[in-house]
Formats: sequence, structure tokens, C-alpha cells
Amino acid sequence: MYSQGLIGANTQAEETQEFLDAFQARIDAEEKIEPNDPMPEAYRRTLVRMISQHAHSEIVGMLPEGNWITRAPSLRRKVALLAKVQDEGGHGLYLYSAAETLGVSREQLTEDLLSGKAKYSSIFNYPTPTWADIGAIGWLVDGAAIMNQVPLCRCSYGPYARAMVRVCKEESFHQRQGYELMKSLTEGTPEQKDLAQDALNRWWWPSIMMFGPSDTDSLHSDQSMAWKIKRFSNDELRQSFIDATVPQAELIGLTLPDPDLKWNPDKNKGKGGYDFGPIDWDEFWRVVKGHGMMNKDRLAARKKAWDDGAWVREAAVAHAKKHANEAAEAA
Amino acid sequence: MAAASQSANLAGSADAALIATLIQLADDHLILGHRVSEWCGHAPMLEEDLSLPNMALDLIGQARHLYAYAAEKEGSGRTEDDLAYLRPDRQYRNCLLVERPNTDFAHTMLRQLYFAAFMHPFWREAVNSTDDTLAAIAGKAIKEISYHIRHAGEWVVRLGDGTAESAARMQAAVESLHCYTDELFSCDDNRRACVQAGVVADGEALRADWDETINAVFAKANIVLPEVPFHQYGGRQGQHTEDFGFLLAELQYMQRAYPGAAW
Repeated sequence: MYSQGLIGANTQAEETQEFLDAFQARIDAEEKIEPNDPMPEAYRRTLVRMISQHAHSEIVGMLPEGNWITRAPSLRRKVALLAKVQDEGGHGLYLYSAAETLGVSREQLTEDLLSGKAKYSSIFNYPTPTWADIGAIGWLVDGAAIMNQVPLCRCSYGPYARAMVRVCKEESFHQRQGYELMKSLTEGTPEQKDLAQDALNRWWWPSIMMFGPSDTDSLHSDQSMAWKIKRFSNDELRQSFIDATVPQAELIGLTLPDPDLKWNPDKNKGKGGYDFGPIDWDEFWRVVKGHGMMNKDRLAARKKAWDDGAWVREAAVAHAKKHANEAAEAA
Repeated sequence: MAAASQSANLAGSADAALIATLIQLADDHLILGHRVSEWCGHAPMLEEDLSLPNMALDLIGQARHLYAYAAEKEGSGRTEDDLAYLRPDRQYRNCLLVERPNTDFAHTMLRQLYFAAFMHPFWREAVNSTDDTLAAIAGKAIKEISYHIRHAGEWVVRLGDGTAESAARMQAAVESLHCYTDELFSCDDNRRACVQAGVVADGEALRADWDETINAVFAKANIVLPEVPFHQYGGRQGQHTEDFGFLLAELQYMQRAYPGAAW
């Protein structure tokens, strides 16, 4: 791992006003902050939190979709799904590496996930009972992720920004793949169309909750915007996602489960946008706090993989050690 | 007239032998790919969560080429999916080795090594097949299978020569799976006809290669080859273990639940 040399590296500086101003000046000049640069501890902490949550989301996100790999209805769909889930794992790997550049190890981050200390995207605590859920996740969940992540390609922290470029390219492919899957269902038998509509009904609200609490209730937003870690607020991103998605649903003849959804020509500074109904924030917080249908199962699955794999990881280390000793003795 | 119909029949039976051989090969790849894909998201480390789906993708990709070619040769309108999803268990001709459950990482890597060590010389010979399509499939597959040997072989060595626990698990995997390896080399009348026509190699002719690969890995992994009083056979005749029915129930679920739907 290229970043492991940085674990425990000291990028802390005494946070005088002068130092903080100079740091902010670099941010304002759109300079990228790199791993060995001095940075305020809160900046480092915010990035570790964001990047590791993102990495954990990719890893936990492999589970609801992986649930359908062995049951995919055609070989073409099966290989596409396998490749997609594999991509998500790959994103997890880059992101853990990006987090390592901030001085935390993947092992530590994994322990935080398994102990429940670290969070991951709540969307993955919803179940995937039908094949259409695979389409809905690609279309809506990856679609919402792209809205969030495209601005992160310009994030002030260099390693995160660069990792996001590739992640976004792949997510964009997944989004189109998911939409194409939903479209094919709507063009199929009445039963297939019902599967698609049912999946949309279940995934729509959780998807728009993915942007996080409303700006008035968001804990971390202002400082993250000033540091150019985030470029747009939760509500701005949510609105962009809804405005992009409504016509896509119409095009394939599906109905979004929101009776209050209506075009408003005055929205978005006169460019127009959709008004939408109230979001059930109680549900959002319930799932964030661990009471979604699949929270326990997701963590249990990750924990089982980690625990069951311990002897494999130990064997790899033991083997490498034996042969490193042999190589050293031979030298 | 009589001579013409005689030669059409011969061509027909050569095609039938080729189709049966292709389907048998495709079944091996699909079923092993299915088993390997079960690991996705549950592997011992993130790197393996990437490489196991990668191997599953290679195997299922090879199955698709083989089924599609078999379907084309049949010319009866069946598709790769009809062949993959819509046969009863007795018509699947994969060897028993590939349907064995994952059990643990040692079993999974050993099963992969056993299969890849056979398919590597198989594809190497098939690159020069008298059948151009199979030769083209072989050209792609041989690169992928070389990686499988390396990846699985390295893991068998690491586990066999790792900790006491991993060595015990590796040896247990060998004890449980070795009796399924002989079926890889089996040859029925269809396969024999294809061997005679220069389409595929005779399995027995690949045994020395297989032995060499396995012995080299086992020597480094400190594995003791077990005595196998009886080898297990059956898959090539459509007689499968009990686990196989559950595998098919999962694989075929959507096609059976929504007959005739396109996906």
C-alpha cells in the first residue's frame, strides 16, 4: 500500500491564527492539500471521517447487491452484476488507501466499522428482496452517489479528489446500467413492470435521504464548505438529483411515490425545479441509529467475513515472515 | 443420394458430439463460477473480495462463449441462457469437483487449483484445435486460467506453509477434494469423437501436466497426497451430489419463477 508509510506521520502543526489563515489562503487559491502538508487537526479528522464512511459504504454496499449474484436471471446480467459489485469493492480499496494517507490504518478503520463506531451510508440497511432492486440501486442509489461525488473530484484534499475521478466514471456506468435494467423491466411482462414499480416505491425516499439532513440540521456542512471539502449543500444536491431523476422515471413509465411532486418554474433562481413532499426524517434517523431492517444483518455479515477470514490472514503473515527470515538468512 | 444422406448423418453426429462436449465444458465453467461468486462480499480480505469475483467473471465469461457456440451449432433457437438455466439437474454434465461447496477458503483455493491445473494444458492444446471457434475461445481462456493457477497455487502454498491451523485446514481440503479430481480426465463417446477429429485433447494426455503443477505446489505447501481408495465420478453422466440441487434452485430461480420473460 503506497500510503502505509504515512500512518502515524506527523502533519500536525501548532494551530496559531497565522497558520489557520495561511491554510485557508491555500484552500481559497484552490491549491490541493497533499498528505505530508501541515493541516488543521479538524480538517484531517473531517476527511478521515468522510473518506472512511465512504469506504465503508462501498464495502457494506457489496452485500445488498451481492445478494442477487447467484440468482441473476441471465448470464449477461450476472456478469454485469458481478463486475459492478467488484467495482464497489475496488472503490473501497482506493478509499481506504486515501484514508491511510491521513495517518489511519485500514485495520483500525475496519475495527471501527465492525464495532459500530463508524458509520456507512444508511441506504444499505434496506433489503433487496427482488431482482428489480438491483436496477433501482444502480439507477437511484448510484445516481444519488454521483451527485454527491462529482463535486468531490474538486475536493481540496488531493488523494480524495483523485480517487473520486475514477470512482465517478465507474459509478456513472453503474447508474446507466441500473436504469437500463429498470427500462427493460418496464418493457417486459406486467409482472416485470410491477417489480420495477415496487422497487421504485421502496427506494425513492431512502435515495433522496442519502444527501443527509436538511441544511438547517446538518452538523458538519459550514466548515466543510469553507475548506472546500464539500462544494454544495445537502439540499442543493438533493434538489439536483430530484430534478434529474423525475424525467428519467417518466420516460420509462414509472411513477414516483410522491403525490406532492410538482414542477415549480420559480425554483432554482427561476430555472425551475420540482417541489417535493416532506421527507420522513424520523425514518432517516431511525435507520442511521441502527434500527433499519438490515442494519444488524449487514454488520453481522461483515463481522462473519472478518472473523472467518482471520486464520487466512494470519497464515499469509506467518508464511511471509518465514520466507522473509529465510531470505535474510541466505543474504 | 444414399451417400449424401450418409455424409449428412455423419456431419450431424460430429456436430452432436461437439455440442455435447461444448455443453460439458460450459457446465464445468458455469458451476465453478457460481461457487466462486458466492464469496463476493464475504472474503477473508478486501483483495480477495476483488479477485474472487474476477475469477468468477472469467469462468462465467468462458461458459457464455461455450454455451453460445453450442446453441449456434444446435441451430434450434435455444440460447446461452436456455442452456445455462433451463435444464433439469440430470442434464448438467459438469464434473463433481466444481459443484463441491466452498466450505472454507482452503477448499475454495484448492478446488480452483485442481481445475485450473487441468484447464491450462487443455486450453493450450485447444489453441490449435481444428475447430476455429474453439481455438479462439481457448486463446482468451488460456491467459485467464494461467492467472487462476498462479493465484490459487500461491494461496495453497501460503496456507499449507502458514500456521498450524491453516496447514491443518489445507490438508483437510486435500483429503476431502482429491477423490473428485480423476473425473477431470474422463472421456465419453462424444469427447472421444472430438479428440479423434482434433477438436480437443484427450484428457489422459494432459495428466502429466496436471501432476507436475499439483506436485510442484504441494511440495512447497508441505501437503501430503492422500491415499484415495475410491475416486468419485458421476457428474459427466448427470449424477450429481445433493448440494447441486440447491445450487440449481438458486441459479434457475428467476427463469423458473417468470417463465418466458426477457431480462
